[in-house]
Amino acid sequence: MESSIVVERLSHRFDDRFVLNELSYDVRQGEVFALLGPNGAGKTTSIRLLNGLYKPTEGKIRVFSKDPVTHGSQIRQETGVLTETSALYERLTARENLLFFGRLYGLTESLLLKRIDETMGFFALKTRENERVGTYSKGMKQRLALARAFLNHPRILFLDEPTASLDPESSLQVHELIESLSKNDDRIVFLCTHRLEEAERLADRIAILNNGKLLALGSLDELRRRFNPGLWVEIELLRPFGEQNTLENVRGVSKIQVEDSRLRVQVEEESVIPALVNELVLRKAEILRVSPQKVTLEEIYFKLQTEVREGAL
Amino acid sequence: MNWRTIRTIAGKDIKEATQNKSVWLPILIVPLIFVVLMPVGMILAISSTGATEVNPLNDPDFALFMERMPQFLSNLINGLDSAQSGIVLLVGYLFAPFFLIMPLMFSTVIASESFAGERERKTVEALLYTPATDTELFLGKVLAALAPALLITWGGFLVYSVVVNVAAFSVMGRIWFPLPSWYPLILWVSPAISLLGIAVTVLISGKVQTFMGAYQSSGSLVLLVLALLAGQATGVLYLSVVSVIVIGLVLFLVDAVLMYYAIRTFNRDKLLASAG
Repeated sequence: MESSIVVERLSHRFDDRFVLNELSYDVRQGEVFALLGPNGAGKTTSIRLLNGLYKPTEGKIRVFSKDPVTHGSQIRQETGVLTETSALYERLTARENLLFFGRLYGLTESLLLKRIDETMGFFALKTRENERVGTYSKGMKQRLALARAFLNHPRILFLDEPTASLDPESSLQVHELIESLSKNDDRIVFLCTHRLEEAERLADRIAILNNGKLLALGSLDELRRRFNPGLWVEIELLRPFGEQNTLENVRGVSKIQVEDSRLRVQVEEESVIPALVNELVLRKAEILRVSPQKVTLEEIYFKLQTEVREGAL
Repeated sequence: MNWRTIRTIAGKDIKEATQNKSVWLPILIVPLIFVVLMPVGMILAISSTGATEVNPLNDPDFALFMERMPQFLSNLINGLDSAQSGIVLLVGYLFAPFFLIMPLMFSTVIASESFAGERERKTVEALLYTPATDTELFLGKVLAALAPALLITWGGFLVYSVVVNVAAFSVMGRIWFPLPSWYPLILWVSPAISLLGIAVTVLISGKVQTFMGAYQSSGSLVLLVLALLAGQATGVLYLSVVSVIVIGLVLFLVDAVLMYYAIRTFNRDKLLASAG
């Protein structure tokens, strides 16, 4: 299947400073794709470029096979963007905000009214839809901004730091909403975030950026395999195990560390664990607990950022 | 070009402007002063027997104006008594430039709210992500400033006509207002000066960060109207029908040049750059 977003050797410069540097990636329909990086990594600039708000300094962008520079209006018809700040008209009511944006997306009045009713219900704003947005809490504003981004049922939903300024409860609500919006196979959710747990929870594939450069790209499992090969398994025993050398014979075991009655074994992949446990049982080890220790996105991310700082990347 | 988009943007901007006290307060107060209080006050002062010094005909500083008065102006007061002539010259002729303050002021205040205010409140980015083209966004915002400015000016002119005729009826004994030069002033110069206010505000809005900053900077355009007023009162410039049409034409030419530059500054790239 052809990718809906294709970016090739994309660079963008403000004055003499490169905010994006030779970026290449593609995004397929139905994916949740996360751009992960610190502030200033080029995430917001990427969204602006993909929507035709900026003209790229170099490189090629295609969204639905169209160039955003020449077909920006047509592309924006198919996208919805949750901006970093909610960017709502606070003197207008929530309903007036949605009416305004819906009309700009060319929705007919009858369809727009139906969509607003559905959307207000879905985002739990129905009871306060006729109140001025200035009276809303941050969490409500973010839900309304998400409702606005979703109003035209976009084929690509761009989310720029969707939970950056929210408390944990509101963040959870927004995450649940994003998860339900991303269930549609025909929609791309393009998530820009500096929150690692957000990318880990929501994204199918993750692109890690730093200073406009792409450090890594892939699913979390692909990134784990690439940047931290092997899986550590922690095994807690009732009493110390003296025959650890026998474990080296188990196929797929690469390292063993012993600390009293606790073993740490590095295996090539998850499927090695049953054989490992079987060997321990044969050797009369009394197993209390077996816990595979998956490498987190946080560990991968900081490893990459450290390598950048140290000049390895 | 999608006119529904343009109307939608204009409608939203007007609605937002009406909710800002700094916008609607001058729109309420200024017409009240120029359309009702000033003409009624002057007519009452001139027509009352004890206030003959208000009548310009009795003012020694006005002698030069009277002496140099062109034919079209002397025809207006030909055969009228002193109070009638005073009313015609003051309320019917000299007050005319005051009327230009209204379209200028209203267009700049709403344009400041629409262009600079949107950026100040950081709502512009969401607008830029919609399918509306740069031209549609620009025209929507221009319409938001132009339409109310002209409607209020034209409405104010109708009210002024009624107020002046009613207040001066006991002295004039007939319906005498509007005088011929008012028609091109209201229908031709008012749109031109409104567009001037909008174009200057758009250009200024690219440089300043706040609604107030844009409004105060573009507010200096009122000096143009004051210059017109001074020129007229001192006899340097007489607002005949022809001169009013020429003034409008010059303003439209200036508008065309300024709008050309304003449109060039109004694109997504530059709007985002200035929004920071």
